[in-house]
Amino acid sequence: MTKFNRPVEERESVVVKFVGDSGDGMQFAGGLFSDSAAFAGNDLATFPDFPSEIRAPQNTIPGVSGFQVHMGSAKIYTTGDLCDVIVVMNPASLRANLKWAKVGATLLVDSDAFDEKAIEKAGYTSNPLEDNSLAKYNLIKAPITTLTKEGLKDLGVEPKTAARSKNMFALGMLYFIFNRPLKPSFKFFDAKFKKDPTLARINKIVLEAGYNYADTIEAIASVIQVSAAKLPPGRYRNITGNVATAWGLLAAAEKSKRPLFLGSYPITPASEILMELAKHKSLGAKVFQAEDEIAGICSAIGASYAGLMACTTTSGPGLSLKSEAIGLAVMTELPLVIVDVQRGGPSTGLPTKSEQSDLMQALFGRNGECPVIVIAASSSDNCFYYAYMAAKLSMEHMTPCILLTDGYLGFGSALFRDPRMVNMPPIHPPVAKPNDSTYKPYKRNPETLVRDWAIPGTEGLRHRIGGLEKENITGTVSTDPLNHQRMTELRAEKVARVANYIPEQEIDGPKKGELLVVSWGGTFGAVHSAVQQMQQEGKKISHAHFHYINPLPKNTEKILKGFKKILVCELNAGQFVNYLRMSFTLPNIHQFNKVQGLPFMINELTDKFNQLLEEK
Amino acid sequence: MEYINSTIERTTVQLEKADFESDQMVKWCPGCGAHAILAAVERVFPRLGYKKENFCLVSGIGCSSRFPYYVNTYGIHGIHGRALPIATGIKVANPHLSVWVATGDGDSLAIGGNHFIHTIRRNVDLNIMLFNNEIYGLTKGQYSPTTPMNTVTKSSPHGTIEHPFNIGELVMGAQGTFFARVPDNDLTMMTEAMFEAAKHDGASIVEILQNCIIFADKAHFGITSKENRDDHMCVVIDGQPILFGHNKEKGLRLNGTELEVVELGNNNITIDDILVHDRYNPDPWIHMMLAKLGPPHFPKVFGVIRSAMFPTYDDLVEEKIRLGQKDAPIKKMDHLFKSGDTWEIK
Repeated sequence: MTKFNRPVEERESVVVKFVGDSGDGMQFAGGLFSDSAAFAGNDLATFPDFPSEIRAPQNTIPGVSGFQVHMGSAKIYTTGDLCDVIVVMNPASLRANLKWAKVGATLLVDSDAFDEKAIEKAGYTSNPLEDNSLAKYNLIKAPITTLTKEGLKDLGVEPKTAARSKNMFALGMLYFIFNRPLKPSFKFFDAKFKKDPTLARINKIVLEAGYNYADTIEAIASVIQVSAAKLPPGRYRNITGNVATAWGLLAAAEKSKRPLFLGSYPITPASEILMELAKHKSLGAKVFQAEDEIAGICSAIGASYAGLMACTTTSGPGLSLKSEAIGLAVMTELPLVIVDVQRGGPSTGLPTKSEQSDLMQALFGRNGECPVIVIAASSSDNCFYYAYMAAKLSMEHMTPCILLTDGYLGFGSALFRDPRMVNMPPIHPPVAKPNDSTYKPYKRNPETLVRDWAIPGTEGLRHRIGGLEKENITGTVSTDPLNHQRMTELRAEKVARVANYIPEQEIDGPKKGELLVVSWGGTFGAVHSAVQQMQQEGKKISHAHFHYINPLPKNTEKILKGFKKILVCELNAGQFVNYLRMSFTLPNIHQFNKVQGLPFMINELTDKFNQLLEEK
Repeated sequence: MEYINSTIERTTVQLEKADFESDQMVKWCPGCGAHAILAAVERVFPRLGYKKENFCLVSGIGCSSRFPYYVNTYGIHGIHGRALPIATGIKVANPHLSVWVATGDGDSLAIGGNHFIHTIRRNVDLNIMLFNNEIYGLTKGQYSPTTPMNTVTKSSPHGTIEHPFNIGELVMGAQGTFFARVPDNDLTMMTEAMFEAAKHDGASIVEILQNCIIFADKAHFGITSKENRDDHMCVVIDGQPILFGHNKEKGLRLNGTELEVVELGNNNITIDDILVHDRYNPDPWIHMMLAKLGPPHFPKVFGVIRSAMFPTYDDLVEEKIRLGQKDAPIKKMDHLFKSGDTWEIK
């Protein structure tokens, strides 16, 4: 290896994206590349960017699939706005992704894929590799398909089969560019293709060929070094938000000693939670794939009545279908975790793209006065913690809790420092004792207004609950006007009192001043990075990022009133901002919204912050 | 109290009807068939011998679905059409409960139709009492999925133009393992069918031809009334030839692939020609034919038509968990945290 003959360029953070046809294996290559970054000790965040079609027509723009990795030697908060390196496997993916390349970015291109037909299919009139339109970039043209086939000739692999490994050739080239060792990937191939050692061998040969080829080309003038990040000690893994959510739910089940039940119906981008939980039978998780969204939540309500820690997982359209049943859980005052991995809406909308537009639905989308706890995760890794908290609050307060994540968090990944169960907060569900002669279905704890959880099979606690309004305390069916008002107030007050059991809202920056930027949920990384950048420039700006939405933390109003201007940034048409407007009198509240199925870019945020700071 | 082989914990004392009577006023119309169904349940529950805390009643919406309030067990009154998924959640959560569902033809076959077929297909061990009054009662008289063609109702003033479901046919089409049909005016037959349903491992559907005295009065009387029942009701008993008529002079014979009504003594027909009922036959074909029979050319078939043995969903859930836990390296969360691709930062 001669790479040390080249200068080494140290970078604090780098964004790399793999783009190609849906069948080109970009997710696989991207996943391996992020593993290599993790092994090198980088902090990182990843995001797959793929179409909702499984295999759209070859070489077309709708068929482009991508995987983005943001890795760094400092804390990484987002998956990155613009790319430093893009691996391009065909013309359509170049056309769809060039807008995400930084000026001067390295484009590593499989030139074999740029034949006349593919160029035309992508909508180009001339070959972009030859017409000088990419002059602003560091273009590396490599005949990746040809070289992959050649590398496998001796093994007797059919050219067509061989071409399928071209993603590994490109990955090998990247390993050279980023000075990453090949061994961890070799080990991975051995494990993955245990039953077919030939496949492991093919992948190894091609990966190494790509690595060696990169060493021979002059266009790669330097090797990029991203050093290890200074992370707190511990055991780390790379985790997606959906897996983290599943683990958070499992952890809460173990802590509360209430086995987990999931009733769920597959829906993008939430299905991975269902699939992950289905794996963990050894932890006692009961997973029911229902015939529809409604059966998913109703089975969970049944399981909750029967004493299990019940959850249902979905995305926006599924949450709409579950609305009536959420009302049943509110009325019967049963614990239930509803995870909504938000996507672009309304209707089918943008299934694989992210949005924050289910907030109002989560807060209010039901018939009757129907309050639930609403909380939101803000990073792929903290989906674990907030899923745990959703289960804890739901069980301890005997009411449904909606956890909002989104496609960006759910599909995306981040480093996750493995917790230990002993350090997780305790969970004490209010389970009624057998033969408690004072038990009444709607008798309440005076402090929390929470009723007891009387589990079928327990001696001496037989009772009936249901969707009809019940008399307070006794739980018999009642249409008494004053009782209905009282019960409506009690259900609302019970949820409002959850504010006594959640942390106060934190603020990043001065507690009073010119501009408070407010955000919630999955936008944390971008908004935090933008605010941090402006703070470093000496601007008077603070940031409050909300995880607890209903109820809001007790100090919310006080915080908001400390600033001359408030700017609420969200990926919808203005839902949290209007929730704050209806909750408090705030004359100076502004909003910044984006509804494109894409995350915020840091520069569009800082532009908006500067504009508000300059306006008098 | 009779012995049933199940994992549900049994009572040590003989329970009575009174143990299951709730303190709530029963608000069905006087003369409604639901009163008789309630009486049958109050007879069956003590006979089953389970601890009274181990019964759980689930319902959806409709007249039938007020049922849980009137029985002193654990119970949950759900939302329209969703009794079966709620009951599935309960049974999967705790297979050691005897879970009963009270539902109607609208609740189960219209708004809840999807859940109905899938619950049956999965064979969840539930006892489902389907009150079939061929009408929407609680919403005041609209036609239902079982209302016969051309019936005048509040929402079909010129007669319905929809083909009704035959519930037995639907159950068997959905791979049902248990189907019984009973009239609401025969307490003994109802009680027996419910008892058999409870004994059966799997989704047991008991179709109860129930009279709605207000909106579809006498809808079933053409078959179940005293004057009609001999000729139009044919009660099947396992292992016995299928006979009906005032003196059991008529019977069903399998002719090729079809059933036909024959009279004993006519054309040299003897008892040996009559089809013998086998409710345990795994092949549902004859059960399906029996369930579909009806006027004008055939009697309607009652009793336990099918009770075939197949694994239940809830048993398989337990089995998968048991196998999953056996020799599993991940027995608690701290093991999971240590599994997979991780690396240590010191």
